[in-house]
Amino acid sequence: MLKEKKKKKQQSLHKRNSDLAVANKQLEKLSNGIFANGELPTFSEKINETNQFPLRPKGLEILQINVGYMCNQVCEHCHVDAGPDRKEIMTRETMEQCLDVIKNTGAHTLDLTGGAPEMNPNFRWFVEEASKVGIKDFIVRSNLTIIRANKKYHDLPEFFKKHNVHIISSMPHWTRGKTDKQRGEGVFDQSIKALQELNAVGYGMPNSELRLDLVYNPSGAFLPSNQASMEKDFKKALLEDFNIQFHNLFAITNLPISRFLDYLIASDNYEDYMYSLVDAYNPAAVKNVMCRNTISISWDGFLYDCDFNQMLELKVASKIQHISEYNEEILNNRNIVISQHCYGCTAGAGSSCQGTVTE
Amino acid sequence: MASDNYYDPKDLRKFGKITEWSEELGEKFFEYYGKVFEEGALTAREKALIALAVAHTEQCPYCIDAYTKDSLQRGVTKEEMMEAVHVGAAIKSGATLVHGVMMMNKVNKLDG
Repeated sequence: MLKEKKKKKQQSLHKRNSDLAVANKQLEKLSNGIFANGELPTFSEKINETNQFPLRPKGLEILQINVGYMCNQVCEHCHVDAGPDRKEIMTRETMEQCLDVIKNTGAHTLDLTGGAPEMNPNFRWFVEEASKVGIKDFIVRSNLTIIRANKKYHDLPEFFKKHNVHIISSMPHWTRGKTDKQRGEGVFDQSIKALQELNAVGYGMPNSELRLDLVYNPSGAFLPSNQASMEKDFKKALLEDFNIQFHNLFAITNLPISRFLDYLIASDNYEDYMYSLVDAYNPAAVKNVMCRNTISISWDGFLYDCDFNQMLELKVASKIQHISEYNEEILNNRNIVISQHCYGCTAGAGSSCQGTVTE
Repeated sequence: MASDNYYDPKDLRKFGKITEWSEELGEKFFEYYGKVFEEGALTAREKALIALAVAHTEQCPYCIDAYTKDSLQRGVTKEEMMEAVHVGAAIKSGATLVHGVMMMNKVNKLDG
């Protein structure tokens, strides 16, 4: 029984042939039950109360590219359902199409994510080429353990430094138990070592231009609290216990999709969690949700309003749906596709890949 | 609809409704309550732990539900939470036992 549970934890929903591996099944769950019987308002009804429906882009600032779902970790709450068993990887041809877009975009931020983006065989080539364009903020979302996973990744801190890449990494807690519970056994110790190695080349140090930020997302069925307070606690604990420094902490709400949705249902927390999200709805956060200034590109070149919509296979509502036919002007003139998962980005101080969205 | 139980977890969500039957007092209470839990000389995290300990000594299921969740949200570990509960328990048992001195005084007076 225990062995079975452990094995399950090491596989993606796709590998397990879980119902929830199918995007439509997730969307069905999010639209039925408490949202169909009127107990809770749908997201469109809610934003309509403050005349914010339909949600519209306010100009592109961030291009987020998901270079593949393969990952060396199988985190309990992964919204990508990433893992070693996922084979979806962006090809060099699609990367070349992305580069053409990066050269001509008005966006100031390029954000590479995955899976573990470093596992894409063309990752280094892509970073080298993209960094030549001179985009203002070039982010790689690194899970940290990849740096320690294999000899061929050991030089990543130097590589990132050479290309002045901004590193953003997940860390659900400053203690081993809570981190390993969510991200897998041994992840905490390896993450700590990786952070120390990043510090050693200058990342995250006070006044250093080599940006190192951490992402905090709760380890269970609850919402994150005040980002500034959490940052203070993280900084104090990581410095005292491991002599680690970093710049900012971004508090991100877990969205009820994919493996986190699976966890919510299995632990009988789904309804309470959705109530918490709806109760914490903040209309001010709607103004700054990331889908209003972001385009998310999938491994196979399709375009989405955000990484979450990508995982739910909700493509942009535009005649332009693929990187090969990219046209920013036409894309900026679209309605954003929404469902009940969007409550995750408007709860409390709001949530985005760059943390909270309100003061 | 009437519940079969004195305590229903769903009732916690209705806490705010007490204002409907006494608007001024309800509003004043929630304003005070909100103010108390803001960051002050104590951090909101410290306040959550105090509230958690008191929730246990008061044996209030709603409060235990609310402040366990609040503590988790503030990054409090389960070891910290259990220590806080022990602080409450120590005060409760200490408060019982310290009355033993009263009993001893009485015995000494009556039968010393």
